[in-house]
Amino acid sequence: MTENIHSIRILVAGEHGLVIEFGSVIAPEINLRVQQLARLLHFEPIHGIMEVIPTYRSVSIYFDPLVITRQELSRQVIHMLGRIEHQDVEDLLSSRVVHVPVCYGGVLGPDLEYVSRYTGFSPQEVIGIHTSKPYMIYMLGFIPGFPYLGGMSSEIAVPRQERSRERIPGGSVGIGGNQTGFYPIESAGEWWLIGRTPIKAFDFTSDNPFLFSVGDYLHFEEISTAEYFAIRRSVEKGTYIPEVSYL
Amino acid sequence: MITTIEPGLFTTIQDQGRWGFQAYGMPISGAMDRYASQVANLLVGNRPDAAVLEMTGAGGTFKFDEKQMVAVCGGDMQGLLNHMPISNWSAFIVPRRGILRFDTAVSGYRTYVAVRGGFEVPVVLGSRSTCTPVKIGGHEGRVLRQGDVLHVGRDMECKTQLGSLAEGYIPQYVSQVQLRVILGPQDTMFGSAALDAFFCSSYKVTKQSDRTGYRLKGPKIKHLGSADIISEAVWLGAIQVPVHGMPFIMTADHQTTRGYAKLGSVIRGICPSWSRPSRVTAFVFCAVQKKRQLKSCKKSRKVIEI
Repeated sequence: MTENIHSIRILVAGEHGLVIEFGSVIAPEINLRVQQLARLLHFEPIHGIMEVIPTYRSVSIYFDPLVITRQELSRQVIHMLGRIEHQDVEDLLSSRVVHVPVCYGGVLGPDLEYVSRYTGFSPQEVIGIHTSKPYMIYMLGFIPGFPYLGGMSSEIAVPRQERSRERIPGGSVGIGGNQTGFYPIESAGEWWLIGRTPIKAFDFTSDNPFLFSVGDYLHFEEISTAEYFAIRRSVEKGTYIPEVSYL
Repeated sequence: MITTIEPGLFTTIQDQGRWGFQAYGMPISGAMDRYASQVANLLVGNRPDAAVLEMTGAGGTFKFDEKQMVAVCGGDMQGLLNHMPISNWSAFIVPRRGILRFDTAVSGYRTYVAVRGGFEVPVVLGSRSTCTPVKIGGHEGRVLRQGDVLHVGRDMECKTQLGSLAEGYIPQYVSQVQLRVILGPQDTMFGSAALDAFFCSSYKVTKQSDRTGYRLKGPKIKHLGSADIISEAVWLGAIQVPVHGMPFIMTADHQTTRGYAKLGSVIRGICPSWSRPSRVTAFVFCAVQKKRQLKSCKKSRKVIEI
């Protein structure tokens, strides 16, 4: 562990917020500390906290200043940080892998050819690299259920499009810079779209509206067009159960 | 039953917001002017979080099948009940088959209509607020259209009488609003010249502003280095400055995470002048000391508790 409690910064986020910053880079060990604090705040909630939002390298806490003062909240958070300082973060690692079936190329992945030309790999090689390993979910945000993933191979990195596309269909899987992921709902965006998944990462009609949690792993898996439409039908009927395994 | 004869420019159902799901990327939504929406509910004896109509810029026309107690608060949209002018910030009875009609806002920009019992739409993730970017909540996750039928719920809290809000509590919808700002967390990414420019200038609220945020136009705020940070959470009232140097203030439907440096945050309190700008609005900013924050917040809460 290179980060220690003394390098943590507690920052002011307006009259209702605190940001606990664990570092200034994107790194698994920093994100694990973020998850560690977020999880502790979930299991041992502090009265007056309205929301806890874990991100790459910080935890944002929104509180009601009429219930708890900033000083008191900071004091309790510092106490918690002290408790978890020497905990082994590896123990906290999630091992949940959510499998995301993707139909690559064609009309569902119109930019696969471009990514292939840009990187010099054949389309099938791009798919091979993209599906080669599970990606850790560092944070969720931007649009509901959108996973910020880490660990994409730089071999298939492609700079983002300069202009944002107005309407990207929900389920679109893309690459932008060193990042990959998929848009759970229709959205604007700058990524190159290499495929589409029939599954939903956000379904407000479900008892569990969000498919992913921070710390989970996401594994893309190639499926055929026929499989795409078969799964989509069962998603629409509400009978599809996403495949989950454990590392 | 209340039928939408004319929907107005951008009319949605809102309550006090969808809290608890920002960690999953879900915007909070809720009324832009929480003070006006809460007072409207208060006047008809509703719970503060009952669902109200939020009309933007210009309001709609609504036909009431049944007699209803109604309150209208916020900007003046020249409301007429069966062709007779109504008073804002007061409760009144709309008779059976009554028609409530609104026009263009002549002061303020957003106007709230509360009916006794609130508007009954499904609760989605704990809230009735419409979030149009995500297409959930409110009436089918969208702005009202001609012919939409709304039903009245049971979110009343106490008995009430027809009455008006005392004069002293009615906010002024002025065209220049002074906002108080708490610096941070990335104010150190700007030089003192940039901060001076920000606090000594007036910024116009541009037409591109919507429920996600106020896009401002004025002197450019230069970053010392990069404008980007590692993506992290943003919050209501956060002032972020993208690479083009024009500040952007996050409002109700803001995205939960962004990657731009945040200069500071507007103090919102519960009586937030920032959320009720006039049609032509400029913001001027002043930095505050920490001690004043809670005081302003407590004062606002008192207003609501009266």
